[in-house]
Parts: sequence; C-alpha cells; structure tokens
Amino acid sequence: MRLANPFRTLLRRPSQGRRRWGDLAFRGIVTIGAGAVVGVLVAILWILWTGSSQSRAAFGLGIVTNPTWDITTNVFGLLPMIDGTLLTSAIALVLAVPIALGSSIFLTQLAPKALPSALKAALAQVVDLLAAIPSIVYGFWGLFVLVPYMRTTVDPGLRSAYDRLGNLVAPTVHAVSPGASAWAGTHSPFTGTIIGEDVLSASIVLAIMVIPTVAAISRDALAAVPIPQREAALALGATNWEATRRAVLPYARSGIFGASILGLGRALGETMAVTLVIGNGLAPPTSLFNSGSTLASLIATQFSESTGPLEYSVIIEAGLILLLITLGVNIVARAILWRFQSPGGAGGD
Amino acid sequence: MDATKMAAVGLSASYGRGPAITDINLEFGPNSATAIIGPSGCGKSTFIRCLNRMHETAPRATVTGKVFLDGEDIYEQDPTAVRRRIGMVFQRPNPFATMTIFDNVAAALRFNGRHSREETDKIVYESLQAAALWEEVKDHLFAGATSLSGGQQQRLCIARALAAQPEVLLMDEPCSALDPISTAKVEDLIFTLKRTYTVIIVTHNMQQAARVADRTAFFYLGKLIEVNDTKEIFERPKEKLTEGYVSGRFG
Repeated sequence: MRLANPFRTLLRRPSQGRRRWGDLAFRGIVTIGAGAVVGVLVAILWILWTGSSQSRAAFGLGIVTNPTWDITTNVFGLLPMIDGTLLTSAIALVLAVPIALGSSIFLTQLAPKALPSALKAALAQVVDLLAAIPSIVYGFWGLFVLVPYMRTTVDPGLRSAYDRLGNLVAPTVHAVSPGASAWAGTHSPFTGTIIGEDVLSASIVLAIMVIPTVAAISRDALAAVPIPQREAALALGATNWEATRRAVLPYARSGIFGASILGLGRALGETMAVTLVIGNGLAPPTSLFNSGSTLASLIATQFSESTGPLEYSVIIEAGLILLLITLGVNIVARAILWRFQSPGGAGGD
Repeated sequence: MDATKMAAVGLSASYGRGPAITDINLEFGPNSATAIIGPSGCGKSTFIRCLNRMHETAPRATVTGKVFLDGEDIYEQDPTAVRRRIGMVFQRPNPFATMTIFDNVAAALRFNGRHSREETDKIVYESLQAAALWEEVKDHLFAGATSLSGGQQQRLCIARALAAQPEVLLMDEPCSALDPISTAKVEDLIFTLKRTYTVIIVTHNMQQAARVADRTAFFYLGKLIEVNDTKEIFERPKEKLTEGYVSGRFG
C-alpha cells in the first residue's frame, strides 16, 4: 500500500532503489516474526489435537467430568486434575494477591520519610529476585521445609481451629439454616489423614511463586498513577491510606487486575514445584489435606511411564485442556480489561 | 491590612539539595486575594505548598520556620486537619479520574467525617454553584469527570476544594493549563471567592495578578523581594528587581 506522501519529493534521495529493498527486507522480516508467533501457537494446538485423537474418540467431552483414573480398566478421567489445577491456583491467588499488593503499596505509597529511597530500591530488587528463582528450588524448599512443617504444625492447627470455630458458630448457623449447618458439618475442607504433601501445601508454594510476579507488575501500575491524583486527595485532608484507597488504587485497578491474571497464568501452568509437594494422588481431592494432581503435574509424572497408547493420548489431551484453560483465562482477562480500561489507559497491562 | 488570617514566619524549604525558598516572612489578610508572582524557579509554588504542608509529601523535602493560621502554627498540628482548613487547587486540573463529577465533589466530604445523603447533595450542589460549573454539568452529574473540558475540570477541582469548606484557598497557577475563555471564567470566580475566603494565588501572568489580587508579593531566587498592594507593586515598585520584572525586562 502506498499513500501519497507530501514529503516524498522533499525526502527523495539518490539511494531510492536501495531504500526500497531495505524496506522490503524489513517488512519481510517482521512479517515472518509475527507469523512465527501465530504459527507456533497453531502448531502446538495442532499437535495436541491430533495427539489426543484416540483419547477424544474413547472418552469424548465426558473426560472433563469423569473422576476415575484407573490404569487397570483403561478408564482415564481428567476431573481430578482439572479440579486440582483450578483449586490450587485459586487458593494461591487468594493468598498471594493481598501480600503482593501490600508490598507494592508499601513500596510506592508510604511517606518518603518513613522509608529511605535506597532501602525502597533494595526491597524492590528483592521482590524481583524472587521471580528469578527456578521453580525446582521452590519445589525442594516446599518438600523439605514446608511439607514437614505443614504436617506437624499448620495442618493440625487449622483443623482444630476450624472445628473450634465450627462448634462456636454451629448453633447460630443451625438456627438460620439447618441445611447449611449439616452441609458445613460434613464438608470440612480439613478432613482426612494429614500427610503434608497435599493440595494446601501445593497452593502455598504456588502462592509464594506468584507473589513476585503480581507484586512487580502491580508496583509498576501503582507507580504509574500520576502524583497529582494522590495529591488531590491529600490536599483535601485525606490520610495516606484514604488517598491510596480512594485515588491511587482505583486508578491502577486494571493494572492490578492484569498483574493478578498473569500470576494466575503462572500458577495454572506451574509444574515442577507442584509435582514435588502435591502428593500426586489420582482421586479428586475432597479436602485440602488430600493429595492431588494438577494437569501439569499429571503430565510430568505419568507421561514417561504411560502404559499404553490410550493413556499417552489422554495425557496429551490433558496438555490441550491446560492450554485451553490458560488461553481462556487470558481472553477473559483481556475482555475485562477492555471494559474497565483505566483512565488514560495507564497501567493497562 | 487590618487583620492576619495566615502568616509565614522565617519559612525556608528545600528538596534535599540547595534551598528552594529562604526565610520568607509574609502575611495574608482575611477575605482578600494575594498574588505571588515571579519568574520560573523562584520558589513560589514551593512556598504555597508549604502553606498546607503538601511540600513535605515530596521525597527529601525539608521545611523550617513557622506558618500561623489564626495564630497557631500549622506545623504543630495534624497535617490532615490542616489541609481540611486550607484547600488547594493545582496547576493542572486533577479531578479523580475514576470518579463521576458528583463523586469528585463528594470525595471532599468523605475525607472529612460522615455526612448524610441530603447534606452531601446540598454541599455538592452549592460547591458546583460556587465554582460556576453547576449549569454546565447539572444534566450529567454522574458522567466521568474526565469527560469535561480542561477548563471545566479545573472548576470541578475548585468546587471539590470548596466542598471541604476550607478557610483558605491556595491556587498554584490555576489557569496555566487553560485557554483564555476558561481563564476568564476562573478569574471571575477568584474575584467572587475572595469575598468569602483567604485566597493565595501563584501566577505567572502579571495581568492576572493585577486583575484579581488585592496584594501582590514578588519572589525572586527563593526570596521574597517585595510585597505591597497590587496597584503599588505594578505602578510604584520600591525594588529595582520588582520593577524589572513587572515592566517585562526579565522573567
């Protein structure tokens, strides 16, 4: 496409011919680059799609609601892993976002007198460093430090706290709704044998891994809020917290949301660390103290020892489903970001 | 000047390096407008940001000296309480970008204790009236504040400052980002506001100072060179520097 350019005659140089070749080459290279990105995604989808054809033929869409994984009868349902993936990621996000947001508010909004800027920069560096730790290291830490501690201290503590709280509020809940009371009595999230290698441990490790991502990006979003927005609130007599809550956080909300979604994306696909601490149970978890699997940990543990072409194919389908979940999360997030775009587009993502 | 609403005594401030203003002594009478003029970088913005303790929110900022409001040093008081009594309008319009027009004005009340719905509605209405914006926004009070033009946004910021019911109104070059028509509207407004408030306005524009201010102070290189009735400053300045500046020889 060639548009009339009023400066064309002014800018004409003797090397016109060479310039056109340069342009052509440039355009070719960037087009290949752009095409390659799309091509890789399509190729991955294609390979996962064809590789899982046997599985799809055998189980159809029902595979996502089938809770049974039984090698002896060749029944492979992916519900436990989908459950495990969504549950651990959701808990991780719930644990990580407040902490990450707290750290980024601390670093961007606290009065300068309270925190010298050199210390601030150092703290920000530490947060960024956490993101660079390889996931296997988090996994080892989880296995050797977190899991034993969960088993001996945290898990029993949580269970007794839940029971005590339950006994405390049970009469009230029962009075309001006997049904809810009965349901809560039989649906404690803290039942089962405490082994330490469980859904809760995996969620906590994931949370720790997600914190630096969410913290670093939400920090950028908060730092991008124009200072006059904050000053407007302070000048009206707002306290530091009020200015942050009413002026700064709303302005940065889409950036913070984007940060959380990126964190979620990381949690959904995390493999090594989860595999080491989740216990790799193949039944659907009914308690946070049950062992479980995620789609990613299933692939890591079962792929190399799959017993036949059908299981092999099912594991490829697990990869397909994981890819679709992460794509879906990103598409939904993007749609939400478009709807609630921050003013001036700042901190978009 | 028969009474003093506000007074700076021996006020110096810096941003960590050299001083931005040095030993300023300046009084402000009630129900009058004082203009602060001077070339860029003379410390006039720093000075008024010291008057509501906003200066200290900047990194490495320091302030020494006293600022009296009704005879009491604001640096001995809670800064949030001080800022409720001393409103501020900034150089560039800065309405809360995520709030509606209505909420921008109501936000001032939110930081100042609880108010009933009726009370809030009434104060928002009065503030928008006082800022000469009501007629233009009454049909879309719940539209986003950033949908307004720059001049309207600045009057919204004035309305917001008024809603907090301050005693003193600081204005830091409030028209520098506005077109001439919006500027005229804001100047008319300042003319009305000074009957009720103590208005202190920093301006680059000498005609503006001459039009709206009862008294004018000339700052140069962080020092107060001269302060007097506006007419005197522009017609019979006592200092050579002032004369040079108001006659346009430098600045």
